[in-house]
Amino acid sequence: MSTAFPKAAKVALGMPQLRSNLAHATGTIRGKRAAVAAELDDWEQLRDAASAVKADVQRHLPELLETFERNAIEAGAKVHWARDGAEANRIAARITREAGADEVVKVKSMATQEIELNEHFEAEGLAAWETDLAELIVQLAEDRPSHILVPAIHYNRTEIRDIFKGRMKDAPADLTDDPAALAEAARRHLRRRFLSAKVAVSGANFAIAETGSLVVVESEGNGRMCLTMPETLISIVGVEKLLPSFDDLEVFMQLLPRSSTGERMNPYSSIWTGRAEGDGPKDVHIILLDNGRTDVLADEVGRQALSCIRCSACLNVCPVYERTGGHAYGHVYPGPIGAILAPQLEPGRHDDLPYASSLCGACYEVCPVKINIPEVLVHLRQTGPHGAGEKAAMGAAQAVMARPGLWRAALRAARFFSRPWRRRGYVRRLPFPGSKWTVSRDLGVPPKESFRDWWKEHER
Amino acid sequence: MNAKEEILARIGRALDGTEETVEVPRRYRRSLDEGTDVVELLIDRLVDYKANVHHGLESIEAALGEAKKVVVPADLPAGWRRGGAEYIEDDALATDELDGMDAVLTGCAAAVAVSGTIMLDAGPAQGRRAITLVPDHHVVVVGRDQIVGHLAQALPRLSRTDPQTWISGPSATSDIELQRVEGVHGPRRLDVVIADL
Ligand code: SF4
Repeated sequence: MSTAFPKAAKVALGMPQLRSNLAHATGTIRGKRAAVAAELDDWEQLRDAASAVKADVQRHLPELLETFERNAIEAGAKVHWARDGAEANRIAARITREAGADEVVKVKSMATQEIELNEHFEAEGLAAWETDLAELIVQLAEDRPSHILVPAIHYNRTEIRDIFKGRMKDAPADLTDDPAALAEAARRHLRRRFLSAKVAVSGANFAIAETGSLVVVESEGNGRMCLTMPETLISIVGVEKLLPSFDDLEVFMQLLPRSSTGERMNPYSSIWTGRAEGDGPKDVHIILLDNGRTDVLADEVGRQALSCIRCSACLNVCPVYERTGGHAYGHVYPGPIGAILAPQLEPGRHDDLPYASSLCGACYEVCPVKINIPEVLVHLRQTGPHGAGEKAAMGAAQAVMARPGLWRAALRAARFFSRPWRRRGYVRRLPFPGSKWTVSRDLGVPPKESFRDWWKEHER
Repeated sequence: MNAKEEILARIGRALDGTEETVEVPRRYRRSLDEGTDVVELLIDRLVDYKANVHHGLESIEAALGEAKKVVVPADLPAGWRRGGAEYIEDDALATDELDGMDAVLTGCAAAVAVSGTIMLDAGPAQGRRAITLVPDHHVVVVGRDQIVGHLAQALPRLSRTDPQTWISGPSATSDIELQRVEGVHGPRRLDVVIADL
């Protein structure tokens, strides 16, 4: 089985700047999320509804996809289907060339990261420019995103200033590390590109079957620029992104911004349906992407991962993510959602990720669509390839998880028993049979206070 | 098999034996508590987003501030074109011309108080999306009776299949150390004029 995560995690643990940037950022956003979620006295009812809508979508996916396609085509969009990333990339590159362009502007999109569209375009002699500030930072630094929502979360302002000064040709010579100055530099850098781009590539947060509409949620206005100014728009949308009806937005557009950026609403949301006469792109394409999603759907426990709306709340509460950062996961989806989605999307390549968790359950408690991440983790540990020690340890974990009281007691016990083996807060080795489990990963991490207690305390 | 047929066939196989329908419990709110002052709530939220709030059509001039060239949708009511600014009607202006505008003045379709969200749906007095995007300053007139408390009350007021933009404060980013900075690519200044229409 793959041991990439433990190795990468060890590297990350040795990078104090990274860990302090991450701890600061995740701590801030946890607080904001908790405050705006607590403002709504029907938060739990919203989560129940969202969870059920998504489960129902999965049951009715064929009809909903066909309805979406029909309505989008009727509204003037061209709909394409892609079995995998390579097919989606080929279609997007072909449309770009047919539009007479050799470059595209991009709105931040997890789907296009997943299929490595930028790399594919480069190989075909096309350029793909990221326009989201964080994505721009990461692209300039020739790095990889480390967080779903804040891909440059591992950089602080001084590091970002240095990246701009070193890599951005038109960066002002006297650029400071004031976030406002950095944002201004990005605005100037991208403005011409927005106003002259012929083709844009986007993802979508939601695809509405009833109307054939797509929804993109963002903050900076780079999304609006990409969705409005170019002649040609290509949106790459995972088949699981469907919502049955426009009115479902009354649920999801409350949950998503509050869970994600911790705001009551994100600054900008764009909703469009095919082409609109005299308003926005004239050539509108939608690529419906499978790329492993139908395999996930086939697993009755694992399929709940397809309900994910990519809010990133689970990353921000995860003690493992906070200590290792996103890169350690080795996949575009890091954190708890990555630990259940990556091994299902790419079977055999991320088998260690389901172990990158202390099963504390904080991810499940914050997830706006109520994905039972610990349940899926345990399920994947049992069905994936693994050694006997892991199987034994995880079998026991699942048994206690069924009874929360016992689980909490077990966490406390693990904490107690791991004390002599604790070094700088990390469990390096447990006595047998736990040793089989910790030998390949330092991150068994029952923290001093159980993470559940810790999280309850810090949630405020 | 083409890609569509194959993906649908894969889904069919994946779902084999799964029960048909999941009941969606819709026990969440669709309105705020009775008696909530939605205008006050909207103002509170807008101020929180660092938008400027003005009262009455007569405040449009102040809301426009220093702006000299103001783009407007062709169907903007004549009574809104106040003060000494030059009002330029958008008749498919080129992008560079739009980029030369100091401000844009429009109406909206609805506003949601609890989240401070102003919704545009390409309806009357709103124009196409580019005009509220390229100029750096957006002045938007919100009628008192366009303000609702809750998102669920606003959705039925929107023209669903026309291009929509939901705006909650000026353009912002939190990408640098999660510190919110107003103003990246969208209008960096948002002025909201609340009026009886
Ligand atoms: S799994 Fe849930 S909490 Fe995590 S990103 Fe997805 S929707 Fe958000």
